[in-house]
Amino acid sequence: MELTIPGVATLRTDSDQAKRGGGDAEAADVALAASGDGSAFERLYRAHVARVHSLIRRMIGPDAADDVAQDVFVRAWTKLGTFRGDAAFGTWLHRLAVNVILARRTTIGTERVRYDDSENVLDGVAGRPPAPELSMDFEEAVGRLPDGARQVFVLHDIEGYRHEEIADMLGIVPGTSKSQLHHARMALRKHLDR
Amino acid sequence: MKDQWTDRLSEYLDGELAGSERTALEAHLASCGNCRATLEELRRVVGRARALDDRLPTADLWPGIAQHIGVVSLAARRARRRLSFTVPQLAAASVALALVSGGAVWLLGGRTHAPTATAATEVGRRPAPLINASAYPTDPRYAAQVAALERALQRGRSQLDTATVRIIEKNLKIIDRAIRDAQSALVADPGSAYLNLHLAQEMRRKLELLREAANLAGARS
Repeated sequence: MELTIPGVATLRTDSDQAKRGGGDAEAADVALAASGDGSAFERLYRAHVARVHSLIRRMIGPDAADDVAQDVFVRAWTKLGTFRGDAAFGTWLHRLAVNVILARRTTIGTERVRYDDSENVLDGVAGRPPAPELSMDFEEAVGRLPDGARQVFVLHDIEGYRHEEIADMLGIVPGTSKSQLHHARMALRKHLDR
Repeated sequence: MKDQWTDRLSEYLDGELAGSERTALEAHLASCGNCRATLEELRRVVGRARALDDRLPTADLWPGIAQHIGVVSLAARRARRRLSFTVPQLAAASVALALVSGGAVWLLGGRTHAPTATAATEVGRRPAPLINASAYPTDPRYAAQVAALERALQRGRSQLDTATVRIIEKNLKIIDRAIRDAQSALVADPGSAYLNLHLAQEMRRKLELLREAANLAGARS
């Protein structure tokens, strides 16, 4: 699977790395891990697992998130030798995770209503309680968007990818990505205060 | 209520509308309260999305990953190390061992050793102490052992010739300086394995020198 990373400047990974104080220490761990140092790879895992797991959970739901996250890190270990250091390790890992997610989504039954153009896509969720204190929070609302809208929303608004990149990843045209994003946002307006 | 511009609001928000469309939409926004309200809500959705926190998985996935890739986890390695010691602990242990063995040798055999140095010479009635025992705020067992050896050396000092005393003092000063330097460096880098071992080595050297000097002085008294 191709792991080149177009448009990395749009991703939030670089700032996250700065927050972690990544930089040289992380680069050293990457080099050590690539040479077979399991301890260095464990440090990388611990630094990035929350982000990777959250991405997976948002993209395909919580049920398979642990399994897919584990798969992402196992693949990262085997592919570390291909990491050239052109982008931050986190950015590389993140794109690897996206690739694994997109490969897995067709096999774990998440192809529900991929591209629903209705802004009321969340209204049809059976049994959603009307009382504010019992209503789903924003993150849960994201998780209940139709797959297409959710994936575009997560990739664009949470992860910072551009429509052209998302279209390339999902096999759609940029216009579809834009319309899915708009419908997702319109649906999520109702869950802003929860 | 939707109008022809509502579906373009996300593109406008993302700066993706071309100049003429953007101008037209802005003109519409000036007169359409619904679209202005919707735009504000969309802006809040985007802000909310960016503020979402990442969360750790409920279970640690590393053991499974480590098993897959064939490495041992840090936690497992730490558990295995529970009965082992850190470098500073080993350094302290080596000093303690030197204390026990050095002290025992001195106490049991020091005064029965045959003379091994130059002939004794009177060096003065009230000789200055050879070292400053309070210079090292270290392990109390170490300090006590150093103090005991110093007292023994002091008692037998008059039995040593001037040259021997000078050599002992000179060497003790060198060792004291090395100890102080190591302690100062450890303040800046307390985790340094080299510095910890170096300090322990110098402290042992000091004990050995004092023990030898005390033996020598005792043998001559």
